[in-house]
Formats: sequence, C-alpha cells, structure tokens
Amino acid sequence: MTEWTILWEARETFINGLIGTLVLFVLSTLCAFVLGCLAVYRLEAGDRFSWVIRTLINLMRTLPFLILAYLLYYGLPQLGVRMDAWTAGFISLIIYHAAYFAEILRGSRLVMPAGLVEAALAHGFTPGRLFWRIILPQLVIKTRPLLGNQLIIALKDTAFLTIITVQELTAAANSAQSTYFIPTQAFVLVIILYWLISICLELALKWAGRFGAKRGFDYV
Amino acid sequence: MSDSNAALAVSIKRMSKSFGDIEVLRDIDLEVKKGEVVSVLGSSGSGKSTMLRCINWLEVPDRGSIHIAGERIGVNEAAGRKMNNKELATLRAKTGMVFQGFNLWPHLTVIQNVMEAPIYVKGMAKDQARAIAEQLLEKVGMSERKDAYPFTLSGGQKQRVAIARALAMSPEVILFDEPTSALDPERVGEVLQVMKNLSSEGYTMIVVTHEMEFARAVSDQVVFLEKGLIIEKSAPDKFFSNPETERVRKFLELSN
Ligand SMILES: Nc1ncnc2c1ncn2[C@@H]1O[C@H](COP(=O)(O)OP(=O)(O)O)[C@@H](O)[C@H]1O
Ligand SMILES: [Mg+2]
Repeated sequence: MTEWTILWEARETFINGLIGTLVLFVLSTLCAFVLGCLAVYRLEAGDRFSWVIRTLINLMRTLPFLILAYLLYYGLPQLGVRMDAWTAGFISLIIYHAAYFAEILRGSRLVMPAGLVEAALAHGFTPGRLFWRIILPQLVIKTRPLLGNQLIIALKDTAFLTIITVQELTAAANSAQSTYFIPTQAFVLVIILYWLISICLELALKWAGRFGAKRGFDYV
Repeated sequence: MSDSNAALAVSIKRMSKSFGDIEVLRDIDLEVKKGEVVSVLGSSGSGKSTMLRCINWLEVPDRGSIHIAGERIGVNEAAGRKMNNKELATLRAKTGMVFQGFNLWPHLTVIQNVMEAPIYVKGMAKDQARAIAEQLLEKVGMSERKDAYPFTLSGGQKQRVAIARALAMSPEVILFDEPTSALDPERVGEVLQVMKNLSSEGYTMIVVTHEMEFARAVSDQVVFLEKGLIIEKSAPDKFFSNPETERVRKFLELSN
C-alpha cells in the first residue's frame, strides 16, 4: 500500500512526463504527417529530385528508430552540430515517421485509378490543386488504418527518447523507480497511461473508419 | 488567331499520334462549329478515345495543331514554347470531359463534385458555385441526391452528375468518351436524354458513342474512324442512309 502512496508523492514527475510525451507525440506526428504529404507531393513530379526523396524514404525505413535518435544526439556533435535532447528527439521522430507516412501514402497513390486524376486535369486543375484537393484527401481516407497504426508506433517510439535523456513519461517512471525503489508500481502506472493514450487513438481511428465508410472507402 | 477560327469551338489540323511504333491517329482534320454536335464512330481500337484525349492534351499529339475557341492548346505561340502547366490548365478549363467510367471524386458529395472545379480552378465564390451547381443538378435531374456520396449512386446517376460537373465550368466544348457504354441497358436512356437536351440548348459536344440512333438524331456531323484515319465525315442523314465507303456500310449493318 505504501508503494502506491509513494507514487502519489511522485505525481509531479509523472504528470510532467505525461505532458512531455503528449507534446512530443502530438507535435512530432503532426509535423511528420505534413512532411510526409509534402514528400509525396514532390514525388508526383517524377524527376531526379523525386528519386532523391524516394531514396531518403527507403533509407529512413531501414534504420532502427533508436539508432537515428542516437545519431542525432550523440553523433552530430562530433560534426560540430550540437542540439539539446528535446530538439534531437523531435527531429528524429519527425523525419523517421514522415518517411513512413510518405511510404504509406505513396503505396496508395500507385494504385489510385488514373481516371480520377484525369478528370481533374480535364477540368483545369493545376498539379498543386490536383494533389491537395483531389489526390491527397483520397489517399488519406483510403490509408486511414495504416496511418492510425503508424501513430501508435510513433507513440511508442517516444519512449525510446528516454535513452537520450528526454524527460518524457518513460523517463519519469525510470526516475521515480530509482528514487523510491518501486519499479513495478512505477511501470504499471506508465503502462496504464500509454494505454489510455492508445485508447484515445483507437477512438479517433474508429471515427475515421466511419468517416471513410460513409464515403464508400473500404479498409485499404 | 484568325477570325474564322473564332467561330469554331474546336479546330484540329493534321493531327497525328503514335504510341511507340504504332500510329494510332493519322492526319486528323476536324472542325466543330459552336453549338454543333459531332458523333465519332468506329470500332474498338480505332483511335476514338485517343483523338478525344488529344483535344484537351491528356495525350500529347506528335504533330498537327488543335485550337479551342481560337486558342492553340499545348503550345504558347506568342512565347514560342510549350505551354506550362498553368497555361494548359487554363485552356483545359474551357473543355469539359465526360468519361466512360464516370470518374466522380469519391471523397466529395454530388454537389461538392460539381462545385469543386468552379471554386478551385476558376476561383469562384462558394455561394455562387453552389447556386450554379444546384441549377445544373436540377437540369440533369439529380437535385434530390445532391448530398449523397458517389458510391451510393447508380451508373446512370453518376454519369448525369459527371455531366453537371463538366457543365459547371461553362466549357466551350464537352468531350464525351462512350458515356453510356458502362451503363446497364435500362440506364442508357436517361443519360442520352440529358445529352439530347444539352444539344438543343446549343452546347457544343464531341461524342464518341455506339448509340446509332442518338448519333443520327442529334449530330450535325458524323465522323468515322478506322485505324486512326477519318475515312468518312458527313451529315448524319447521308452517313446512315448512303455511306460513301464499304467499310461504313458494313459497320452499320453489323451494329443493327
Ligand atoms: N497509353 C497508350 N499506350 C499505348 N497504346 C495505347 C495507349 N492508349 C491507346 N493505345 C492504343 O491505341 C489504339 C487506339 O486506342 P483508343 O484510342 O483507346 O481506341 P478506341 O477508343 O477507338 O477504342 C489501340 O490500339 C490502343 O491499344
Ligand atoms: Mg475508347
């Protein structure tokens, strides 16, 4: 019983950790999604720069997330680029998951019926309007379960950042357990907190599912 | 841009197009006056779709010229270069296109499909676009389903919405590529009726079709394509009752 009271004593650590995780997750996935969309837009041109983007996406996907975070935080200072743990954490989350978002959308773009694009061109859409108004909304609706999945992976990846000393939820649990020697309770608590965030994501996904179903989009 | 050109909705001169080694269109000449309906007939693979798609530059012809309401498409003659995407889009906005497979945008409702291009291509205010869309949906008999999503519609309904979508841009010419070929037989009539109404309202249309009765009743010119060549081009009465070539005679026999 006393161990659980200790948790209550350490509540500030956990609340700060939770806020840290939420901020990391929300901001980085938003930026990653936008960056992923921009990458897919740039791929439409099909020129040399598109090829470069394609290669970067593939490279990023072969890299374990933790290695990327390590590289940015511990590797770059050797090259004279130094950033604090939060910045390194944000940047690694953003570019890593942007690559995955881009790959998900790109896959769906490949199988999109050409007629829908031609109809827009025939009505006078410029490539930019065509992408943002006609192509991208369909890709997003179509791939919503995969995008949702990626969000959950991104949430879990935020926990890795404890290793580069970002003060998020896992770091909070770690610090509480080593200060008060209550590993089980501390980690059970953060598991519950991660789980609650995941439930919110699942609810959002359910809503997205209905949104797509109403428009006749199957699940992928 | 000559004066004689200005009276023409579409003018095609010596247009040719190959895919690889295969010449799909050869020296196509066609003039379509404002308000005219031209039917394009021919067997499958004769180049009908390609001809239509060259008119709005969905396919790029290898040779020849195409003018839409007096303006050359694909080439910026003043600057002596190919048109850029923006110039191309501006000119494409003056042609409407109705596809065999409808190609309605599935993420948008019926009325949103019709409003989309006026708003995001022409920069029209939403209210005005909505008013126009409502009027056009009325015209094609789809007002009641204006808030439905395309996947809930029958083929005939989808095609009527696609026609309204094309009309919303007030095009100089509407290109129809076999608009009734993907429809259940009992749905063909409703789409043809809408098209007949358009022709009597003075819309300029180029229609690739296999509907002989429609072509005979509505067209001002009938064009017959064979292996990429226009082998016959005449008024519908002459075309259907007294064709010049043996090939067309046979085609008409087979399609009866
Ligand atoms: N994108 C393309 N690439 C290669 N060949 C094509 C392409 N589009 C059409 N063709 C060929 O061009 C010929 C004419 O096609 P099309 O214009 O679709 O004929 P139609 O509409 O009269 O049936 C056909 O032989 C077809 O296989
Ligand atoms: Mg065809």
